Amino acid sequence: MYKLMMQGNQACAHGAIVAGCRFFAGYPITPSSEIAEELSLLLPLVGGRFIQMEDEIASMAAIIGASLTGCKVMTATSGPGFSLKQENIGYACEAEIPCVIINIQRGGPSTGSPTMTSQEDFMQSRWGTHGDHNIIVLSPSSVQETFELTITAFNLSEKFRTPVILLSDEIVGHMTEKVILPDPDEVKIYDRKKPEVSPQDYLAYQFTEDGIPPMADFGSGYRYHVTGLIHDQTGFPTNDSNEIKKIKDRWMKKMIKGEKDIILTESIHTDDMDYLIIAYGSSARCAKRVVKIAREQGKKFGLLKLTTLWPFPDQIISRLTDKVKQVIVPEMNQGQAIREVKRVVGGKIPVVGVNRYDGEAMKPEDILTVINKL
Amino acid sequence: MMQDIIHQYLRPSKKFPHVWCPGCGDGIVLSAIVRAIHSLGKSKNETVLVSGIGCSSRAPVYVDFPALHGTHGRALAFATGIKMANPELTVVVITGDGDGLAIGGNHFIHACRRNIDITAVVFNNSIYGMTGGQYSPTMKVNDYGATAPYGNIERPFDVCDLASAAGANFVARATAYHAIMLEKFIKMGIAKKGLSIIDVITPCPTLYSFYNKAGKNIDMMESIRDRTITIQKAEQLSDAEKEDKIVVGIFANRDFPEYTGIYSDLMERAKRSVKDEELL
Repeated sequence: MYKLMMQGNQACAHGAIVAGCRFFAGYPITPSSEIAEELSLLLPLVGGRFIQMEDEIASMAAIIGASLTGCKVMTATSGPGFSLKQENIGYACEAEIPCVIINIQRGGPSTGSPTMTSQEDFMQSRWGTHGDHNIIVLSPSSVQETFELTITAFNLSEKFRTPVILLSDEIVGHMTEKVILPDPDEVKIYDRKKPEVSPQDYLAYQFTEDGIPPMADFGSGYRYHVTGLIHDQTGFPTNDSNEIKKIKDRWMKKMIKGEKDIILTESIHTDDMDYLIIAYGSSARCAKRVVKIAREQGKKFGLLKLTTLWPFPDQIISRLTDKVKQVIVPEMNQGQAIREVKRVVGGKIPVVGVNRYDGEAMKPEDILTVINKL
Repeated sequence: MMQDIIHQYLRPSKKFPHVWCPGCGDGIVLSAIVRAIHSLGKSKNETVLVSGIGCSSRAPVYVDFPALHGTHGRALAFATGIKMANPELTVVVITGDGDGLAIGGNHFIHACRRNIDITAVVFNNSIYGMTGGQYSPTMKVNDYGATAPYGNIERPFDVCDLASAAGANFVARATAYHAIMLEKFIKMGIAKKGLSIIDVITPCPTLYSFYNKAGKNIDMMESIRDRTITIQKAEQLSDAEKEDKIVVGIFANRDFPEYTGIYSDLMERAKRSVKDEELL
């Protein structure tokens, strides 16, 4: 274990190396470029490979190709690049390819505010690619958590054969603060499940009990076909409506079965509260401070910090909102996560948003102004 | 004999009939790819086929290799990731003129520029077959397509000129009519370290012919045969005389350094530089 000062984006790169990432493909974009820069330096030292592709689409494609050889892979981007990557994020969902996508959010739409912060991609991270699909999205609120959640992102991606998005933001990506790096052998690393049958008996998209088919490496003697077309258990395209429904049900099932591993939240003062703040990313830092100030003033506030954004933690929110008078959802957009909170709360209590979308960080005063009126 | 080889490589079950129309040239090109791989003694397990979207990109379904059927235009980008992560694999890309040169045009030139050890075979029929016969970036001016009802007004890419200029080590053109020549060029391409582009002129007797009244497969094959000339012959002709010709042969065959090899050197250099620093 050792302590040092590190930037969020640097911590992400180091987390990736510890998680076992050995291939990164990316394209320069503010405010995520430091991740690529750091990995261009680190990867060749640990026997990994880095490539700067010709565009964002190609870098997403390249990591999928590399993942199929058995390699742990990652790419990093921000808003405009995240839009371009959606095509092949969908491919990774359809073909169940483990891979990690980092989005250091900036303001949008289009070129937007490249050097300023936002949480405007909350919905896009879930629904950015077309069609019904399942995906995991995690959100760090500190440099330490960026390091740790990058490792978690790899583990979940390997375990559930799915793309995992780390939805950070410009503040967390660019802040420098203390991190404690564990010894590599103290870190829990999960590797994808490999086939235990012979190549002749291997079904690339087998319906297993946990809904997760074992994945063979290209080049290892298992010759199978990977496609973005809907496919049956063999991996070959199908137009059979029974098969189409079966595979889509399996995708949903593997996520529901895995919720215990996937859904991560942090509760502060929620045992004894009248009001609940639900926040994520850099806004959650600010919300922590607000809870502290409010408690000092004798107001019983609690915080639910969402570490996993998607799948959305319905059950936890439903339970916590049974015993409070009101919910406050601060976020750096015009109100995205609040839609999900309202859906879960279902009108039983008021849900109020605190929204900042001018490129500046959420400040405690922004939230305090609202709660002082309660 | 030729059939015996092909049968060793067809997927053992379930994948037929194929999607191609009767008289399509794509089967001839796939057959040439398989024979080239076979004659080089490449292992099925260590040869990966990567394709994009379109008629030609369905080819990897039918043959028994590890295969990635990717998204439209991105085959070379997927293939770059595979080759980078495991340089021991032989990677063959199957693409079309729409897939490889239109939506995939950026990946095409950059794969050539990096000169990564991949062989890409462009099934070039100058039309979008799967979507119904729209004009492609290799269609000749004044040919017709579903989106060119008054005749195509866009100048076509010359696939070989583009690949040569962009830096690929091996660039050649053959046709579906000249299957033996085609097999030879694909074999040379796979054997060559660096990026290889094989442009294959192949007939679409369904949609290209429908819009251009080009007749049946046999008529299109005869037309390809009659219009084909060598590079040497082409050099003696004026631009006007060459206009309708298909120039076949090897356009580039050179030995620029290959990308994954350069990267391996970089890895050694990086490790050494850290050790030197530690010595200070």
